[in-house]
Amino acid sequence: MAAHPIIKVENLARRYGRRWALAGINFEAREGSVVVVAGRNGAGKSTLLRVLATAIRPDRGTALVGGFNVAREREDVRKITALLSHYSYLYESLTARENLRVAAEHLGAGRNGLMSLLERVNLGPRADDPVSTFSAGMRKRLSFARILLQDPRVVMLDEPYGQLDPEGFVLVDEVVKELKAKGTTILMATHQLERGASLADDTIHLEAGRIVHGGSPC
Amino acid sequence: MPRRYPYVISSALLAVAIYFGLAVTYVDQYLHADISLGLPVAARTLIAVLSGLIGAAIYLAADDLKSPRCANRLIFTGVILMLIGTWFGLFVAPPEEFMGDVQRIMYVHVPTAWNGLLALTVAFVCAIVFLFKGDWKWDARMEASIEVGVVLAFLLCVQGAIWAKPTWGVWWDWDPRLTTTAVLLFAFLGILALRKFVDDPMKRAIWSSVATIIAYVDVPIVYFSVRWWNSLHQLQSNPNTVSKPFWIPLRANAFGILFVMVGFIMLRARIASLRLETEIAPPPLEFGEAV
Amino acid sequence: MMAVFVFGAAALLLFSFAVGPVAELLRQFSAGFLWLGLLLSSTLTLAESYHAEMENRALEGLLLLPSDPRALYYGKAIANWLQLWILGVALTPVMVILYDAGTTRIFALVAVIGLGTAGLSAPGTLYAAMTAQVRSKQTLLPLLLFPLIVPALLASVKATSLIVLGDPMGEIKSWLTLLVAFDAIYWSLCGLLFGRVVEE
Repeated sequence: MAAHPIIKVENLARRYGRRWALAGINFEAREGSVVVVAGRNGAGKSTLLRVLATAIRPDRGTALVGGFNVAREREDVRKITALLSHYSYLYESLTARENLRVAAEHLGAGRNGLMSLLERVNLGPRADDPVSTFSAGMRKRLSFARILLQDPRVVMLDEPYGQLDPEGFVLVDEVVKELKAKGTTILMATHQLERGASLADDTIHLEAGRIVHGGSPC
Repeated sequence: MPRRYPYVISSALLAVAIYFGLAVTYVDQYLHADISLGLPVAARTLIAVLSGLIGAAIYLAADDLKSPRCANRLIFTGVILMLIGTWFGLFVAPPEEFMGDVQRIMYVHVPTAWNGLLALTVAFVCAIVFLFKGDWKWDARMEASIEVGVVLAFLLCVQGAIWAKPTWGVWWDWDPRLTTTAVLLFAFLGILALRKFVDDPMKRAIWSSVATIIAYVDVPIVYFSVRWWNSLHQLQSNPNTVSKPFWIPLRANAFGILFVMVGFIMLRARIASLRLETEIAPPPLEFGEAV
Repeated sequence: MMAVFVFGAAALLLFSFAVGPVAELLRQFSAGFLWLGLLLSSTLTLAESYHAEMENRALEGLLLLPSDPRALYYGKAIANWLQLWILGVALTPVMVILYDAGTTRIFALVAVIGLGTAGLSAPGTLYAAMTAQVRSKQTLLPLLLFPLIVPALLASVKATSLIVLGDPMGEIKSWLTLLVAFDAIYWSLCGLLFGRVVEE
């Protein structure tokens, strides 16, 4: 529908040392759609998401998110995106609530509503326990709460189902639907296709840093 | 071929520098003729210094890091100038009034100091240009000029020690200039070590640029702090290098070291850029034709 | 923090063995020893200062929020500064006891330690951000930092020893000016450059 795609990627490439994790990919995503990025481990899914979220720079090619260049207008891209990364971005010695408060203060958001966010991801009873006592799944939930706090236009979810229990799967699905209903664009990297497929408007398959299926040709 | 213009211009500038800096003085002193075109001494010196610096700068900036030919020519010219300077310094110039033959080390010491500082200034400029433009050539040039600057700073410390022993009776005199050089030497060695420890080319380039800027800004502060710190010592008088018989060896060496330094930086930058090329080469095969 | 203090105190004790039990000499060198001890301890605290940020890449998380890298830098640098300042003040009694280098100008001494540690922590915080991401950070941080902070070290040692040994000529003012200038330059320059260092 929208004339301008919210994500527009052209010839994007990124290397780690001598290995090209992304070797020139092209695709577009409509605003408000859910795009599933599929592929094996090491296919370049995480790298793509990290480049689009400006966690790392592209080596070649361009990518626009919300019309902003991820290499040059990083500040603007960051204001409208949120990344659920492999890294939890959490301070181990702080409690769940304190971790959210740190993020809220950097965002200039208020402190209220943090508890309801924690309850939303079923961490209410553990709100005042330090993150170092948390299991991997609980950390994931807390990172999810952090994403919701950011209230972004584009959300990148890197393996959102990883390490979660079945209850957590349902939570992710709910949150994704909720975000989508608000018009948020979601880019989800996963190898659990059967879960992602039910939500996806579009799917792109990556293999060895290239798109082998899906995406829109340029 | 428009790429040739910079070389023509910079070679002309360097020729002008040698003409006004060296040839005029030589002809005046030994052939007793005036080829100064009526320019006073101050103007000639200014022209020589400026055109030398600008010529060297153009050489460095215009070099595409592809062929070593220009650099080789510069080094060749520089070596000849240094031979001339050495000859005049050792055999033609009279021994200095107070310090005698020891003084002759000034003919290399002072030009080394000028050019060492100049090499690090080049590194500083490269660092700033890289941070603003992100062009890899400037990273290669920065690496090259830091290395050459470190070598010159090391030579400077050694020469300083050689000079201090017969003059002051000690190897190290805590003279502010010499001490500043030693501090600089370690500061930039640290940056070279940093470059060795970082594998990612982008991080390496940015971090070493940042470190270079920080270290360079430190130069005057270190100098003044050491000077105050050491102010109980009587400040050493400037070795007498300004009177006429000393001009030719001093200037010939100054230009000689300048040319060799610029040539070395160009050659070393070429090596760095070849390495960078493999590090940042484009992805293989169907790059650009995905989907 | 306690461990670093003990390390610094142990260093002060060891320095005195380099001179021998000559009270007059020890008093003469006390300021230099204090600052060397502080400098050695500072590499420990600075190198550790990004530990919490590097564990789960919390620093990257903060940058993506987005937050201003300058704010992150100044937050970190001020934290490092206060830590070193406290450490320096805590080491002073050790210096007084070991080297018999007492003074009544407590306030001036605390101020000098504050200015000097500010000079250590401004570039120290920046370099620690680099070396925290690099293998063998313990070597690299002092290698980069020590030559750089020579002016701050000189000025601090001089000012401290003028306080301890007496200042008949009123020289301390020029050293304090140098320290303030060093601090001003590096607190602003490092803040400007920090963004480039932590951005990937």
